[in-house]
Amino acid sequence: MLTLQEIMETVNMVQEENLDIRTITMGISLRDCSDPDPRAARQKIYDKICRLAGSLVKTGENIEREYGLPIVNKRISVTPIAVVAESSLTDNYTGFAMTLDKAADAVGVNFIGGFSALVHKGFTNADHRLIDSIPEALAETGRVCSSVNVATTKSGINMDAVYKMGQAVKKTAELTSDKDGLGCAKLVVFANVPEDNPFMAGAFHGIGEPECVINVGVSGPGVVKRAVETAGNGDFGVLAETIKKTAFKITRMGELVGRTAARKLGVPFGIVDLSLAPTPTIGDSVAEILESMGLERCGTHGTTAALALLNDAVKKGGAMASSYVGGLSGAFIPVSEDAGMIQAVEAGALTLDKLEAMTCVCSVGLDMIAVPGDTSAETIAAIIADEAAIGMINKKTTAVRIIPAINKKIGDYVEYGGLLGRAPVIPVKPFSSAAFIRRGGRIPAPISSLTN
Amino acid sequence: MISKNIKEDTEGNRIIVTVIGPDKVGIIAAVAQVLASNKINILDISQTILQEYLVMVMVADMSESVKDMIALRDKLAEKGREIGVRIDAQHEDVFNFMHRI
Repeated sequence: MLTLQEIMETVNMVQEENLDIRTITMGISLRDCSDPDPRAARQKIYDKICRLAGSLVKTGENIEREYGLPIVNKRISVTPIAVVAESSLTDNYTGFAMTLDKAADAVGVNFIGGFSALVHKGFTNADHRLIDSIPEALAETGRVCSSVNVATTKSGINMDAVYKMGQAVKKTAELTSDKDGLGCAKLVVFANVPEDNPFMAGAFHGIGEPECVINVGVSGPGVVKRAVETAGNGDFGVLAETIKKTAFKITRMGELVGRTAARKLGVPFGIVDLSLAPTPTIGDSVAEILESMGLERCGTHGTTAALALLNDAVKKGGAMASSYVGGLSGAFIPVSEDAGMIQAVEAGALTLDKLEAMTCVCSVGLDMIAVPGDTSAETIAAIIADEAAIGMINKKTTAVRIIPAINKKIGDYVEYGGLLGRAPVIPVKPFSSAAFIRRGGRIPAPISSLTN
Repeated sequence: MISKNIKEDTEGNRIIVTVIGPDKVGIIAAVAQVLASNKINILDISQTILQEYLVMVMVADMSESVKDMIALRDKLAEKGREIGVRIDAQHEDVFNFMHRI
């Protein structure tokens, strides 16, 4: 049976080290909501979300209190709206975003993801309309998150989409410049996007997913940091083993909560996504984990190796703890949401180039990074292209969530508060990539795709 | 070891109450009084002193309880504030899931 030490370890994880269930995300298929009349389609969407997710928040809160585990967010992901809205006779999909926003408000969730399109090989007419609607949709709504997949290992990189997203990011920043470009914090450009990711802003309900599903995102950088500290001066074998064991324990909590939530809501349980998702709280930081491994500042030489070890050990522990691990599962390295990352940027240790290198070995990509407001759409597109290339060649998910800080310069800050935090504006290269980006077309799939 | 002589609980009614705080007279009595008044049976108690702090763990059975878990947690937290310690109650599954395969 349980020992006193085990019980106190669990209690301490929650009370001292910020162990939490970051999100319970209900995935809802909206494929049966299509209608030639956009108003009818929107009504079907609203009704279906309210019907299926009506008790999501209350159920989450009850589990939270019953188990004594904080469940920070209850969220919804839906079928990519480009698919749902495709047969509706309208050129602008902002109305669909407003319906999602209204439904999210009605059921009490703080974010709803799925204002999305999958265009890694090419656009349908609806994909064009959706991407054109993104800036306005994100400016007009508060809770809607948008994502676009522009590349996969199997199909290459749709460079037309990359350019279009560079422009969409820029325009979104301009339309939400009164809120420091908040719209861009809700917009992710992906390569190899997972279809069951419960974390915002990149969550959507994939085409191969069931009617309705519960996915859980667990976090706990604080717990891992403490574990790394207790490993002391042990060698890398000891370090990896310690992180693995800790990741196992954290993931078990996700498995428990996910299964309980699915049972109570009467929907299938999808996956647990074990991702070390930092928050701006001191101690709840991925950068601080890397630093506690022996780096003076996150971003210095050795950081990529440290992150590779961390990311892999987290996956190994997590995979053993849950029957179904999915989503992004690994370490997130958002700048604005991580107090240690912000300090590392301020100290000059962490740059855009180093962050790009780090994305080669961790679960996502360039995340919540503020760049000068006069950065061109072509440069943003080129940054997206670099990330997409890393994802395509390495058969992994990569993403870009970047914020052009309108009217701000290097060293200024964008401020959001809450989980989104604050980010210092960091420099991009002053040299143009425009002629490269404007070529258009598709970068062919790499030879590694020819595995059949 | 906690509750080594207690059989596996198949009903899922067991909770684990933890108390952390400066040691003083009457802590066990106060917690036991809350549990007893809600018809919650204490199955086991274990305690130790860590760096001048009392750490106490109780295993209790809620199958006859007149309060649900949520109301009980609130009541225990309130009692904890009253006597200056932190009292928490969590379902046993949380611990079993984390530490037992």
